[in-house]
Amino acid sequence: MSYIAKPVARHPKQPVNALGLTTRDYEGTMSTLCAGCGHDSVTAALIQAFWELDVEPHRLAKLSGIGCSSKTPTYFVRDAHGFNSVHGRMPSIAAGANAANQDLLYVGISGDGDSLSIGLGQFCHVIRRNVNMLYVLENNGVYGLTKGQFSASADVGTKSKQGEVNKQGPIDAASVALTLGATFVARSFSGDKEQLVPILEAGLRHKGFAFVDVISPCVTFNDHVGSTKSYAHTRVHMHEVIETDFVPLRSEITTKYEDGATRAVRMHDGSTLTLRKIDGEYDPTDRVAVIDYLGRIMKRGEIPTGLLYLEESGQDMHSVSNTVDGPLVDVPYEALCPGSAALAELQKDWW
Amino acid sequence: MADDRGYGVNDFAFKVATVNGTGSASANGLLLQALFRMGVPVSGKNVFPSNIQGLPTWYEIRVSGDGYAARSPDFHLVVAMNPQSYARDIEEVASGGWVLYDSTKKLDEQLLREDVNFLGVPLARMCVDHFDGSRIRILMKNIMYVGALVALLDIDLDVVKQMLEEKFSAKKHLMDSNYTAIRLGREYAEEHFECPLPIRLESMDETKDCVMVTGNVAAALGCLYAGATVGAWYPITPSTSLMDAFTEYCERFRVAPETGKNNYCIIQAEDELAAAGMVIGASWMGARAFTPTSGPGVSLMSEFIGLAYYAEIPSVFFDVQRTGPSTGMPTRTQQGDLMLCAYASHGDTKHIVLFPADPKECFEFAVAAFDLAERFQTPTFVVSDLDIGMNDWMIPKLQWDDAYRPDRGKVLSAEELEGVEKFYRYVDVDGDHIGYRTLPGVHPKGAYFTRGSGHDKYGRYTEGSAEYVEVVDRILKKVESAGDHVPAPEIHRSGKAAAYGLVSIGGCHWAVLEARDDLARRGIDVDYMRVRGFPFNSTVTDFLTSHEKVFVVEQNRDEQLRKLLLLETSCPKEKLASITYYGGQPLSKGHVLDGLAEQMPLTVAEVTS
Repeated sequence: MSYIAKPVARHPKQPVNALGLTTRDYEGTMSTLCAGCGHDSVTAALIQAFWELDVEPHRLAKLSGIGCSSKTPTYFVRDAHGFNSVHGRMPSIAAGANAANQDLLYVGISGDGDSLSIGLGQFCHVIRRNVNMLYVLENNGVYGLTKGQFSASADVGTKSKQGEVNKQGPIDAASVALTLGATFVARSFSGDKEQLVPILEAGLRHKGFAFVDVISPCVTFNDHVGSTKSYAHTRVHMHEVIETDFVPLRSEITTKYEDGATRAVRMHDGSTLTLRKIDGEYDPTDRVAVIDYLGRIMKRGEIPTGLLYLEESGQDMHSVSNTVDGPLVDVPYEALCPGSAALAELQKDWW
Repeated sequence: MADDRGYGVNDFAFKVATVNGTGSASANGLLLQALFRMGVPVSGKNVFPSNIQGLPTWYEIRVSGDGYAARSPDFHLVVAMNPQSYARDIEEVASGGWVLYDSTKKLDEQLLREDVNFLGVPLARMCVDHFDGSRIRILMKNIMYVGALVALLDIDLDVVKQMLEEKFSAKKHLMDSNYTAIRLGREYAEEHFECPLPIRLESMDETKDCVMVTGNVAAALGCLYAGATVGAWYPITPSTSLMDAFTEYCERFRVAPETGKNNYCIIQAEDELAAAGMVIGASWMGARAFTPTSGPGVSLMSEFIGLAYYAEIPSVFFDVQRTGPSTGMPTRTQQGDLMLCAYASHGDTKHIVLFPADPKECFEFAVAAFDLAERFQTPTFVVSDLDIGMNDWMIPKLQWDDAYRPDRGKVLSAEELEGVEKFYRYVDVDGDHIGYRTLPGVHPKGAYFTRGSGHDKYGRYTEGSAEYVEVVDRILKKVESAGDHVPAPEIHRSGKAAAYGLVSIGGCHWAVLEARDDLARRGIDVDYMRVRGFPFNSTVTDFLTSHEKVFVVEQNRDEQLRKLLLLETSCPKEKLASITYYGGQPLSKGHVLDGLAEQMPLTVAEVTS
C-alpha cells in the first residue's frame, strides 16, 4: 500500500459550510480498502458530519489502533494530526492526549478486533474515565487485515469464509458500554448514512465518551451467506428503536414531530438533538431499561440500532480531575514551577 | 573513628527488628532524625516484607562520622522487638556486640550467645504499668526502646525533646506519653546497664546544610520543577511513593489560585501498558508527561516504548528497580533492568538512560530527563532502585536556578508554520539528526500522521527499503548524539596513574567509594568511574582503555553493565572483569573488596572486608 494523495480540485458549485469549506476539504488520502468495504461508508459519513458541524480541520485529533478500520483516519481530514498507534491501545493514547489538551475534538476509530480482544481492557477503562471523545467501532466480526479470523463480536454459528463455524459467544460492544456506564451509546450500520450521520454529529457534540458501534461489513471475509455481519443479513435484521436527528447551532429545526413521541435534548454547546421513539415505550435515558430492552431484541436475532442511550450531564474526565479550563499544554511554565524560595522552604520538612 | 574492633564513637551500625504495622516506622524515624540533628551523618534502610501487616520487618541504621552511606552488614547492636525473628536477629549480631530485647518474657536459653551481651528491658510490662489501652501500649513500647537507646548510645536528650515538641505541638497528651516512654526507657537503661556503650554518638557538625530524603520523593520534586503536567501510573512496589509524592506536591503547588482548579492531571491507569500510552499521548500533544514504574512495568510497556522510539515522541519513564526476574522479590533491590531500559522493545531500538546514585541526582536527573526526551524526541529513562528510592539518604540541600527554562526541543509554532511551504516531520533540516515536530491543534500546515508502521522522512506510510532505512539510520545517529548531552561519568582518580580501575553505576556508588578508601589506606590505588548516562560518550571509552584492567561492579547476575560497555565501546573483552552481587540487599564494601581479592594479583590479596 502506498500513499495516494487525492487531487484537491474544487467544483465551483460545491456547497460550503460556515468556514467556507466544502466536503472535499474534509477528505484525506485515497482509501486502499477493498471495493465495497463498509469502512469507506463510515468514513464518508464522518466527513459529512465534520462538514455539517463546521469542524475546524486542524482542531481535530484522529486516533486509531491497528486493523483495517484503523487505517481510515488517513482517509479523512488531511489537515488534522493523526495517530495510528498499536493494536488495542488507542484509548490510552486518547486519554493522555485529552489530559494534555482538552480543547481539541477527539475521534478514535477502532474495530472489533482492536477493541474487543486485545483492546478490551483499555476499551472498558476509557469508558469509565468518560474521556471526552467520539469512539467509532467499525464492526465486521472478523480480523480483516490478517485475513479473516473470527473476532470477539462474531455470533455463534456464523461461518468463516473457509467454512469454519464460530462456537464462542460474542461480545456485544454496545451492551458492554452500557453496563460500564457509558454516557452515550449508539449503534448504526455503514449502509444507512441517513441514520449514521446524525448519530455521529450527536457523538461529536456530546461531552463525555460517545460510543458508536457501526456494523460495517467486510466484503472480502465476512459478507457471505452464514455471516450475521453481512450487508444482506444486517439490512434484514436491523431494528431501529429510536430515530435521531441532530440540529447544529446554526441550523433551524425544520422537522415537526408529534408530542410524546419526540424528545429534544440540548447539548452542552447549545445544539439540539431530537429523539423520536419508534419502538413503543423505549426510553433512551433509562440505562437499566435500555439494557433489558436491547437484550430482548437481540435474543430475537435482531440488531437494535439508533442512539440507544444518552446521558447529557456535561461531565467528562476533566470535571472529575478538576483540571483548569483550557489546555494544560498552554499553562505557562512560570505557573508550574514553584521556584527556588519554595524549594528552600519545603526542604525544612526534610529534617 | 573506628578502632581495631571496627566500631567506635560515631562509627557503628545497628538494626531494629519489629513487626510491620505496629508503629515501629515512627520510632525508627525518630531515631534517625535525632542522630541527624546531632550533626552525625546517618543512613537508614527499611527492610520490609512483601506484605501489609504482621510479618517481620527491620530498620537498619548506620552511623558514620566519615560520611559512609553504604549498607554495613556488621550490626553491633540489634534491638530485637519481634520474638518471631529472634533467632535470626541474634545470629546477625557481630561478635562482642549487644542485643536489646524485651525481657518481660524470658528469652529462650537456646538463643543465647556467649560472645554477645544481652540487655533486657521489661518494655511490655512497663507499658502496661504506665499506659492505658492496648493500642497506646503497642506504640509506646517502640518509643520506650528509643528511650533505652538514648542512654545506651548517648543520644542527645535535648534533641529528642525538641523533636517531640515539634511533632506533637498540637497534641499535648501524645507528647506527654511519648516523653514518659522515653524517660522510662532511659532510666531503666541507666540503672541496669553501663551507659553509654562503646558504640555511641558524639555531636558533630557534619549535617549542616544537608537534608534527609528518599530518592522517590526527590524524583517527584524534579518532575514538578521540570513542569510535568501529566502523570500516568499503575501502582507497583517500589515506585508507588514517587507518584504519591508528585500528587502531594501538585496539591500543594499546582492549584491555580484564581480558580482553585488543577494545573495537572494524574491518571491511575488500568495497567502499565495504558500508563505508557497515556504518557505518549500527552507528550504527543505537547505536555511533559511521565510514568514511574519498576522492572515488570517496563516489560509490559515495551511495545509502546518501541512506538515512541520509532515515531520519535518524547516520553519519560522512571524505573525504580527491584529484584527480578518476573515478580522476583518486590521489596528487595537489584540493578537487573540495565539492558532492558537501554534497548526496550523489539527491532533495533536504543534509549537514553540516566542512572542516579542518590536522591540529589534523582531530582536533577528527573529534570534533565524531560529536557533530553524533548530535545531528542525519544524515550528517556531514569533508572534508580529500591534502596535509593525508598530509603532515607543524607544529601546537600537541593538548589534551584530560577533562570532555568525547559528545553522543549525543536517544535514549530503557529507563526513558524505560517511561513513554511510544506511541513515534513522526519526531515533532517539542520544536520543534527533531529526533525522538527508540530503539536496537534496549532496550525493546519503542521498536520501529519504519527505511526509506528514504516514511514519515510516525509512522514508518509512506506514499504520502500531505501526510504525506511534512511529514517532508521537517522534515528540511530540522533540517539547516539545524546551521549554527549547525558550526565557525564563521575571520575575519581588517585594521585598517580593507577593500573586498575573500578567502574560502577547507580546505588553501587557508596560501597565502591568506601571500598576504594579502604584500599587507599592499604596503599592500593584504584581509579573509579561511575557511569551516569547512556548512550556512553567518549569519556567512558577513554577511562576503560587507559587502565590495564577494569572491574565492573554491579548488582545483577548477568553482568549487564559490563556487557553494555562491551557492546557500546571499543574496549576489548579481556580488559573488563566483573564483580557482581545480586542477593537483594544493598551493596556493601565487602562485596567489592571480596570480589577484588578474588581477581587481583597477590600483592593486594590481603584486602578483606
